[in-house]
Amino acid sequence: MKIQTLVRLALQAIRKNKMRATLTMLGIIIGVAAVIVMVAIGSGARARISAQINNLGTNMIVITPGSANTAGVSQGAQAFPTLSIADVDKIRAEAQYVTAVSPVVVSRSQVVAAQANWRTLINGVDTDYQTIRDWQTDDGVFFGADDVRAQHTVAVIGHTVAQRLFGTNEPVGQNIQIAQASFKIVGVLTPKGQTAAGTDSDDVIFVPYTTAATRLNGKNRIPQIVASAGSQQDIPAAQDEIRGLVRESHRLAANDEDDFTVRNQTDLAQAAESSTQVMTLLLAAIASISLLVGGIGIMNIMLVSVTERTREIGIRLAIGARGSDVLTQFLVESIVMGVLGGAIGLALGVVGAKTLGHFTGWETVISPIVMLIAIGFSGAVGVFFGYYPARKAAALNPIQALRYE
Amino acid sequence: MGDIVIETRQITKTYASGSNSVHALRGIDLTVRSGEFIAVMGTSGSGKSTLMNVLGCLDTPTSGSYLLDGVHVESLDRNQLAAIRNQKIGFVFQGFNLLARTSAVENVQLPLLYDRSGKKRDTHALAIAALESVGLGARVDHEPSELSGGQQQRVAIARALVTKPAIILADEPTGNLDTQTSIEVMALFQSLNDQGITIVLVTHEHDVAVYAKRIVEVRDGSIRRDELVKDRRNAAADLEQEERNAA
Repeated sequence: MKIQTLVRLALQAIRKNKMRATLTMLGIIIGVAAVIVMVAIGSGARARISAQINNLGTNMIVITPGSANTAGVSQGAQAFPTLSIADVDKIRAEAQYVTAVSPVVVSRSQVVAAQANWRTLINGVDTDYQTIRDWQTDDGVFFGADDVRAQHTVAVIGHTVAQRLFGTNEPVGQNIQIAQASFKIVGVLTPKGQTAAGTDSDDVIFVPYTTAATRLNGKNRIPQIVASAGSQQDIPAAQDEIRGLVRESHRLAANDEDDFTVRNQTDLAQAAESSTQVMTLLLAAIASISLLVGGIGIMNIMLVSVTERTREIGIRLAIGARGSDVLTQFLVESIVMGVLGGAIGLALGVVGAKTLGHFTGWETVISPIVMLIAIGFSGAVGVFFGYYPARKAAALNPIQALRYE
Repeated sequence: MGDIVIETRQITKTYASGSNSVHALRGIDLTVRSGEFIAVMGTSGSGKSTLMNVLGCLDTPTSGSYLLDGVHVESLDRNQLAAIRNQKIGFVFQGFNLLARTSAVENVQLPLLYDRSGKKRDTHALAIAALESVGLGARVDHEPSELSGGQQQRVAIARALVTKPAIILADEPTGNLDTQTSIEVMALFQSLNDQGITIVLVTHEHDVAVYAKRIVEVRDGSIRRDELVKDRRNAAADLEQEERNAA
């Protein structure tokens, strides 16, 4: 028999018992819908994390002071402000794998504008910082090298700060007060959204680090240096290079331990990603149990169906159907039931994931591959759980089957 | 007389029933020639149903040889028997045995769907033609539940005819029908037989058997009587008579 004929027969048989078929398929429907929703949420979380990692900057390396070992007691990072502008200059001058480097002088301060005031993070940075962290400006420009050299009181503000201080007004060209100094706003940054840690990346003000050192902190020490490697592959080489240069700059002896830490952000990213991957797998495993239960439901109803249709099987065998014809017929029926259930479950799962995403704000990602796997898997469930009943049907004796009441 | 369609030599069939064995058939010699119309008679337990199953290739004999349309079928396997049933035999059953909720034309098409000879045929057209030949050309899309018993049996006969088999085996085809309808069905069989179709009919009713040309009586697994019908009745004439009586 042709496959179209078999599928048509199967659909006819299912239509003859709509209620029963629907209830049977419900197991598969719920299973597939659950798998789709779980995987959608898991992939969404992964996609969000990798987007945040990209947000951090391109091939970024972070150097922080500390990890100093004083008399056997390891201090945490930033315990001692051991980094200085000299380190930055040395890296900029000598490192070959590093394309950009900038100190970061962090302070938190109240900022006052004409209409409003707001407490926010003030980062003193170099012009390279814009490249390293991949900041774009919506309005105006990032400050330039001249501003850094001449310690100009200029500021680039984040989207959140702009809204807090100026609402809908144009901030560029306005003045703000930061710790008794007046800064002229030269640019407003394009929003980046949340950081991986869940804080607002746009709640920030950037000023030249030279200005920050004299006007805001009054210190020469630098709590953090960020740098950018030329490419992803260069990151390890750049890290080694930076480590060597800073050790040189700090005049550390060969057996001295580093008094600073060099990290790259992709390490963090990978850790975060693998933990969500484990979660996705776990969720998918739980969801597949309901698929298993759905499969058992199919098997159960197919066994009932074979018994009920013994006479039909007898007729088919009598007029020349082979055992394999009957086997195929029942197998196709359970496959159709599985795939149909899978398709309905897929539709429900997609709608469910979107709805859940809409109400919780979670990002959900449904890839076509996951859809194909879901449908394929439900078909496989149909084959696996339909085979035994189908074989039972095929093995019937035509005489007894015809006599069956 | 035409060619030999069925030739059995000393067919026996023994069933194991617990520790006893039941001898359902004890050496049947039967020859059916093309164009014959045979009524196999016998009471319940006589072995006529077993004979029918063996002749219909639904069952294989314990011993003996069975030549059907030139093929030795006693040694065939399940799949080969299925092919023989499909191509050489047309079954008509007492309980009609049509697929429920399936239109007449689809029921009639069914044997053609299981044909593995690979012939390219318009199964739908063949099924319609078969239904027309049994006088149901106007009811092709009706389901069995929408048809009377006589019409259902006609659909079953059309299904038996559609593969152009060597022989039609009818097992108590009138058992579920009233007298009038029974005669109608027998009239159909007689007209098919007149067109050269070989028919073997199993019945326990003498009234039905007299429409055949030859009666074979089975008792205790053996053939007790094998003779031509002396006063063969014409079903079509009987129907006309009935109509006249009713008027």
